[in-house]
Amino acid sequence: MSQRNPAISKGVDWSLVWIWFILCSLGIMSIFAASYRDGDIVLQGFISLKTDYSRQLLFFILGGIAGIFILLTDSKFFTATANLGYAFGILLLLLVFPFHSRIKGTESIIKFGSAFNLQPADMCKIFVNLALAKYLSRVETNFTRPRSQIIAVVIALTPAMFSIMQSEMGLALVYFSFFLVMFREGLPSSVLIIGFSFAVLVVATLLVEPNTLALALTGVALLAIYILRKQIKRSKGVFMLVASIWFVCVGVQRFVVPFLFEHVFKPYQVQRIYALIGKDYVPKDQATEVALEDEQKNITRRNSNNNNYNVKQSKIAIGSGGLIGKGLLKGTQTRFDFVPEQRTDFIFCTIGEGFGFVGSMLFLGIYMLLLMRIVAVAERQRSVFSRCYAYGVASVLFFHIVINICMTIGLAPVIGIPLPFVSYGGTSLMTFSIMLFILVRLDADRQMVLR
Amino acid sequence: MSVFNQSRSNIIRLIFAGMFLVIAAQLFHLQIISGKYKKLAEENALFRKSIYPTRGIIYDRKGRSILNNTIMYDLMITPSQVRNIDTAYFCQLLGIDTAEFRSRILDARFKNGPFRPSIFEDLLPPDMYARLEENIWKFPGFNLQERPVRTYPFDAAAHIMGYVGEVDSAILKRSNNFYQLGDYVGRSGLEQSYERELMGQRGIEFWLKDNRNRLVDHYQNKALDTPAVAGKNLRTYMDIELQQLAERLLAGKVGAIVAIEPRTGGILAMASGPGYNPNSLTGPAKQENYGRLALDVSGPLLNRAIKGQYQPGSTYKPLGALIGLDEGVISPASGYPCLGLYTGCARPVKCDEHKPGHAANLRLAIANSCNSFFINAFRLEVDNSEFHSSRAGLMKWKEYVNAFGLGHRIGVDLPSEDAGNIPDTAVYDKEYHRSWNSCTMYTMGIGQDKMTVTPLQMANTMCIVANKGYFYTPHFVEKIDGAGEDDTILNRFRQRHEVLTHIPDANYEVVQSGMQDVVEIGTGRPARIPGIDMCGKTGTAENYRIFEGKRIKLRNNAVFVCFAPRDNPRIAVAVVVENVGYGGTYAAPIASLIVEKYLNDTLRAESREKVESIASSDLMPTYLVRAQFLADSIRAATWALQTGDSTRLQKYTNRASRAALLDTMHKIHTFIPVQPKMPADKPKQTPTPKPELPVKGAGDSTR
Repeated sequence: MSQRNPAISKGVDWSLVWIWFILCSLGIMSIFAASYRDGDIVLQGFISLKTDYSRQLLFFILGGIAGIFILLTDSKFFTATANLGYAFGILLLLLVFPFHSRIKGTESIIKFGSAFNLQPADMCKIFVNLALAKYLSRVETNFTRPRSQIIAVVIALTPAMFSIMQSEMGLALVYFSFFLVMFREGLPSSVLIIGFSFAVLVVATLLVEPNTLALALTGVALLAIYILRKQIKRSKGVFMLVASIWFVCVGVQRFVVPFLFEHVFKPYQVQRIYALIGKDYVPKDQATEVALEDEQKNITRRNSNNNNYNVKQSKIAIGSGGLIGKGLLKGTQTRFDFVPEQRTDFIFCTIGEGFGFVGSMLFLGIYMLLLMRIVAVAERQRSVFSRCYAYGVASVLFFHIVINICMTIGLAPVIGIPLPFVSYGGTSLMTFSIMLFILVRLDADRQMVLR
Repeated sequence: MSVFNQSRSNIIRLIFAGMFLVIAAQLFHLQIISGKYKKLAEENALFRKSIYPTRGIIYDRKGRSILNNTIMYDLMITPSQVRNIDTAYFCQLLGIDTAEFRSRILDARFKNGPFRPSIFEDLLPPDMYARLEENIWKFPGFNLQERPVRTYPFDAAAHIMGYVGEVDSAILKRSNNFYQLGDYVGRSGLEQSYERELMGQRGIEFWLKDNRNRLVDHYQNKALDTPAVAGKNLRTYMDIELQQLAERLLAGKVGAIVAIEPRTGGILAMASGPGYNPNSLTGPAKQENYGRLALDVSGPLLNRAIKGQYQPGSTYKPLGALIGLDEGVISPASGYPCLGLYTGCARPVKCDEHKPGHAANLRLAIANSCNSFFINAFRLEVDNSEFHSSRAGLMKWKEYVNAFGLGHRIGVDLPSEDAGNIPDTAVYDKEYHRSWNSCTMYTMGIGQDKMTVTPLQMANTMCIVANKGYFYTPHFVEKIDGAGEDDTILNRFRQRHEVLTHIPDANYEVVQSGMQDVVEIGTGRPARIPGIDMCGKTGTAENYRIFEGKRIKLRNNAVFVCFAPRDNPRIAVAVVVENVGYGGTYAAPIASLIVEKYLNDTLRAESREKVESIASSDLMPTYLVRAQFLADSIRAATWALQTGDSTRLQKYTNRASRAALLDTMHKIHTFIPVQPKMPADKPKQTPTPKPELPVKGAGDSTR
């Protein structure tokens, strides 16, 4: 960015801008590597806007322009419009229901003409982040009080609920990353622990025979009662606590998870989760089976094969990279569409195959640097708003990075969320760029106390 | 508040770092520890494509290509790209209906997937290709692909050249997986014998596949590829015009012609009748044609020159003379007082010549083909007192005959040569319980009894007689282009076999004089060519066949062997024609025409007329019509029995259609053997009751 213009560059954290630049460049390069075919004219490909990498380049430039505009904006604008923006975001989410166009098996996209797609569930991340920061930074908010905590959770999870209703499970899960912000701002660590335990319980439910798990849980509860027998003698409350925990656990295991799988998740999502833990999903009834097959057809049209295949091919691609990789454009797996959705969700394969373990580590290092830098930036803020916002950015990025990469290496179910700044996709690139530049803008005014 | 929760930033940093560590560990596992992914990736994305070189060309002695390559076209289909085509028009071009069209598309989709090209119709006939080529742009998803095909520009030498076909499981196993499914290999003739030379060296190209198994690009810019090396060309001794003449002369006959260059052992021509057009086994209708040829009871696929086992008859006599002379049991001056009958043993044998003194000496005996003289000579050889017993005598005799190249495979460079038969003591011991003497097998002296030879062997004996004792293993290939002098394949043909050079030249001169007399004044006069000193010998053998439980006598097989010119032999010929009567009318003229054509490089006007008349005569054994009918109807009946589908059988059971069928197959229905008048070399009565079938599966086509 131009350092000749002191008005813009004053206080800007250039390391973040550079990391943004490097990541976007890596992204364009990876998309180029994944979609370039021998004989294509490179320069023409970049100029024509017909190729994916040229379009990504365009969005990269647009992202930069948006960044300049954001840097020219007053920081107070963001605090002032945070709630308004949130309301606008929710409105967009609601508008999706009547106006969505069904493409690629999702119901979360509004189409404007043929060229521009709007996915409010994705964009809403910015508004939620701002709104949450705004709420947490309010002088009146006492975040130690459960009421405030519940309000914060509602702010964060309302778009998630709409996302689920729009069949965008992956995007919905992203909103859970805001719990990290709340944790930083004083949410009891027990909430995180309980959440984590809940996740473990869900996975265990999938892995272990229901009755065995119920017996095991009962055993754990009895053991806890035995260990805590002195405390229980003193107060019946402890006993009640253990009993209720046991009750909740078994309830989750016996009723909540099956309910989620049968009524909330789409059959193909259930199948993906099952595939991840290495089990075959047998649909319970005829209707589910039919639905699954329909969905399968949709997906087949999109991905050319099922998700087992995706993950397997992705693992082969990354694994075949070895220590130093095959080199740019030398990858055999990533270049010939073995990995479906390769430019978008599975872009990491290109890096894993082309540059091997060393390249992947450097790539992860850049992300790590970005996250650590954002946390560092967050901690130097004087205003709570900026800090919350920074943590929000870090959490969302973290969630995207970890889930996306875990997806490609077989550690997470394929829920289809992009790799920030790298995956192909205009909306995603713009959203992340705007998020990051708002952070840079807020950080430039770190001496100011924003409310 | 922020100060209060400061420590939590570290926890968040820890969470970030922890998750990244997990990812790093998994990456380490995938990329460094686990080696299987590299291999999986190669299986995924690399395709070893075999590049087939063009097969070698086979030339004749004047550099004309007898077996060459040409391009035919396959119609390929890529099912996924087929859309919006005028199916009706397309089917009309191909001559199929839409149901067939659909089933073929489904078939291609099923076998090779929708994204890879498969063959829709292979080896398009030229007219269909022309029609499609103009219109192929109208049919997206279809394209025409070149395919090299063997072609025989002279339509000749089918049995010698052989044909190529897809490998079968036996070849695959034998080759130790050198061949792959779908490869073409030589299945007979020189194509099979010189497979390794003709096929060249397969190249390998590494291609990158995409997720739909389409080949996308060369891998690493062809760095690992090995180029294909074209097959080596073969230079043969053959004279294709001579070959064409030989095949022409055998038209409508069962028999064989072999012509060898005695000085080198190079085979100039080798024909077998009935034959077939070699191009019928390369083009679009090859399967159909092959089926027809294979089911023909006259055996057109059989190369009788190396597979036909015939009694040599009198053509053995020059050999008998040489053996007798060498053993010292006869001399050029010895004679036999024959008056038309040999009476030395219990059963007399007739001799065609009655004039007293027709066997006054060896030369006369050969010229007049005296049976008595040679039976006597044979008995003298077997009962030679030098060996003390007839057993030892017979074995010694066998040794001589084997030295003449009879009774074992000569080793010609064609696959599946027959050995013929020269019996030894063991055979007679078994049959006669060890009580036999020279009278038991005395007709072997006139080339009958259990003696059988192939036409190739007969021609080779002539080479030995012409060369006065040595021969080179008969072979076709003179040179392999690009092979050095030390190549091992042809070395065995360059080795001179001095099998009988110990017999003095004087003895050969006597025998050759006798054989020259055969052509000049004796039984082989029809073979005489003005200005050429030719030595020859006629032969006739009776031809019996067991058919429908009855032993029928067919007309005799005519045999003629010769070489010319006498002083500097350049060609030795053996001719066998089945079912023609006697040697003079067919075998001798045929041999003579071959010699004339080769030595003079042209034919006189009268010879050309002779060619016409011989070529136009149909001498196929008549029983073949019925034999074909039987074979076909039995096959139809078996089919009906196995499948319950009797439609094929009906035309054989229905009286009217059956008569019509037999009638269209052949006009003649008689099985009465024709006993021809024999002016010269007459057949001898065979004492053994069992007839030697002249040729395995000999017979006629459905003419």
